[in-house]
Amino acid sequence: MALSLEKHKMPVQDPKVRAHNFDEVALGYDEETAVAEAERCLHCKVPQCRKGCPVSIDIPTFIGHIKERKFDEAIKTIKESNGLPAVCGRVCPQENQCEKMCILAKKGESVAIGRLERFVADRAMEQGEEIKPVEYSEDAQKVAVIGAGPSGLSCAGDLAKKGYKVTIFEALHKAGGVLSYGIPEFRLPKEKVVAKEIENIEKLGVKIELDSVAGRLFTVDELMEEEGFDAVFLGTGAGLPHFQGIPGESLNGVYSANEFLTRCNLMKAYRFPEYATPIKVGKNVAVVGGGNVAMDAARTALRLGAEHVYIVYRRSEAELPARKEEVEHAKEEGIDFQLLTNPVEVLGNEDGWVKGLRCIRMELGEPDASGRRRPVPVEGSEFDLPMDTVIIAIGTGPNPIIAQTTPGLETSKRGNIVADEESCATSKPGVFAGGDIVTGAATVILAMGAGRKAAAAIDEYLKEKRSK
Amino acid sequence: MFKILKKEEWSPSVFAMEIEAPRVAKKAKAGQFIVLRVDEEGERIPLTIADFNRETGAVLIVFQVIGASTMKLAALNVGDSIVDFVGPLGQPSEIEKFGTVVVVGGGIGVAPTYPIARAMKEAGNKVIAIMGAKTKDILIMEKEMKAVTDEVVVTTDDGSYGMKGFVTNAVQALVDRGEKIDQITAIGPVIMMKSVADATRDLGIRTIVSLNPIMVDGTGMCGGCRVQVGDETKFACVDGPEFDGHLVDFKGLMSRQRMYRDLESQEKDHVCNIGLDR
Repeated sequence: MALSLEKHKMPVQDPKVRAHNFDEVALGYDEETAVAEAERCLHCKVPQCRKGCPVSIDIPTFIGHIKERKFDEAIKTIKESNGLPAVCGRVCPQENQCEKMCILAKKGESVAIGRLERFVADRAMEQGEEIKPVEYSEDAQKVAVIGAGPSGLSCAGDLAKKGYKVTIFEALHKAGGVLSYGIPEFRLPKEKVVAKEIENIEKLGVKIELDSVAGRLFTVDELMEEEGFDAVFLGTGAGLPHFQGIPGESLNGVYSANEFLTRCNLMKAYRFPEYATPIKVGKNVAVVGGGNVAMDAARTALRLGAEHVYIVYRRSEAELPARKEEVEHAKEEGIDFQLLTNPVEVLGNEDGWVKGLRCIRMELGEPDASGRRRPVPVEGSEFDLPMDTVIIAIGTGPNPIIAQTTPGLETSKRGNIVADEESCATSKPGVFAGGDIVTGAATVILAMGAGRKAAAAIDEYLKEKRSK
Repeated sequence: MFKILKKEEWSPSVFAMEIEAPRVAKKAKAGQFIVLRVDEEGERIPLTIADFNRETGAVLIVFQVIGASTMKLAALNVGDSIVDFVGPLGQPSEIEKFGTVVVVGGGIGVAPTYPIARAMKEAGNKVIAIMGAKTKDILIMEKEMKAVTDEVVVTTDDGSYGMKGFVTNAVQALVDRGEKIDQITAIGPVIMMKSVADATRDLGIRTIVSLNPIMVDGTGMCGGCRVQVGDETKFACVDGPEFDGHLVDFKGLMSRQRMYRDLESQEKDHVCNIGLDR
């Protein structure tokens, strides 16, 4: 049989239809397609794919199980390394990770590792997974995890499996972090996927306390000194939105992407007034930025009824930080990409509402510190776009509450917590940190990788503590 | 779930509720706020803490019915519960011995000035409270305030009780009688806080205002509560809610408060099928 150089296509909702609903865009492989795709795997002697995975999933083995239709075995293999496979199968940037390393990618398209992961995880969820609660010894040591996002959840899951009593403290009224408030329903279904994955972690015996803002309701020191926790993991993420600092950013109709997406995803403003949180989207919407968050915001605005949605990004298409698939989906849905363009002012009317966006064209100059060519303004190229809503998606920084209230915790100039890359240990004994709060805004899977590393390091730390 | 321990209607559309939230009560300090959600479909509502009792674990909130969400909250009774009650959020008031401190509360803004007045008194200040209301019937917390301050001055717009006029007139009267004021904390409608700040700017009196702009999470995540303070953009939820009133861009703040007004009224005009509006 000749080997296909292309992945099996992912069935998706028609772009014209999906641009007006919040249902999931990618529909997932069926069993036959999954098995056929798995058969493309060459089972290399020295598999490279696994090296590309931040949590080192045994990819060849799980794909081998799919080939033999041993799907229960496949999910077992994945779960050895990844507590949230249905999430990762959907939102990981596989093209820069496992799939980039796949030998097939040299000649054509790699094996669709992400889609296969999703297939196996979805199937397991549909059939109802049996998860045995961990049996804790009476003198099990206690670990507090701050933040129920990707890093905290994976750290907590790993620690529970090792027999530690874990409590996650979450500031919001729902667990999941960015999986709940940030990534939209049409890319990551909340009830079907996120809630189930979190339930699975709770089934292990992990306690999740919602509405608990660490640093306000209790300090890290209090957790360790008064509430009997033997170690603390900080996975508070990069929650503080950046603005551009241009005139007009306080006008009505200007949102941070965080606010826009939180209103829509967490608060379900797209179902207003059934859900009480309002959201405003006019006819013309500009999203400033070129990452996944920008794509999510643009596609959300479209689904909320905007007629013309722009992505305004200061570099060129090649530099767009978003996943390729997200950019393609956005284009198919009709998002207007204004590349090499940078906003210089949000224009307002006399009542304080957005009426336009003044932009300037850019060109690429010499490479900057990031190695990417630095965009420089083209003099005299300013132009105005009529606009009702402007969404700023240029990145987020660390939330300062924990750093402000935890003496002895070293932070960087930017306010990120300083932690060892391998052990995730901070400057404060017994306190570990990982994910976006350490690295700055990155991906779900990198945060999960950090959570797992931290769990291993906390395990070692607590064993040593006990033996003393 | 957080149980309602006590409910009182202080004036038409103004309610006081004690919520059982022992961990919040244990940590709350004057000047901080909470965010609550009535039910699963509810929005997150920020409210400044009006009182807290570390022994009983109760936190007092005072709110006015202005939209569908506050209407739902007001429809609940003692023994009912709300789904979320998060706090204490924001920076506490700066409490120290300043000398003579005046707290100015307008409307339901009187409620959050109460714990500040009490803490200022405990810190050894001479505390004068100015309490403003449109009319006598809707004045709140007079008795409570008298118990923790050296003097209470009431103003009503219509002269039905106390001094006829606005809270700014009362501030001026204190200055005119020779009171040396070291700090003013003013909490109430944005226009009132602006008027107080305008009046005290020339008098050179340090004036703190507490802002309650539109926000979602209350922990620094959404940036919806951003406000211009001097030449800096601040987030009221994590940098505030209290700021130097002489530096706050009140005009921008007032404009941002109007962001969802049309939707709020649309929602309020909706006739409730289960009688919550009756």
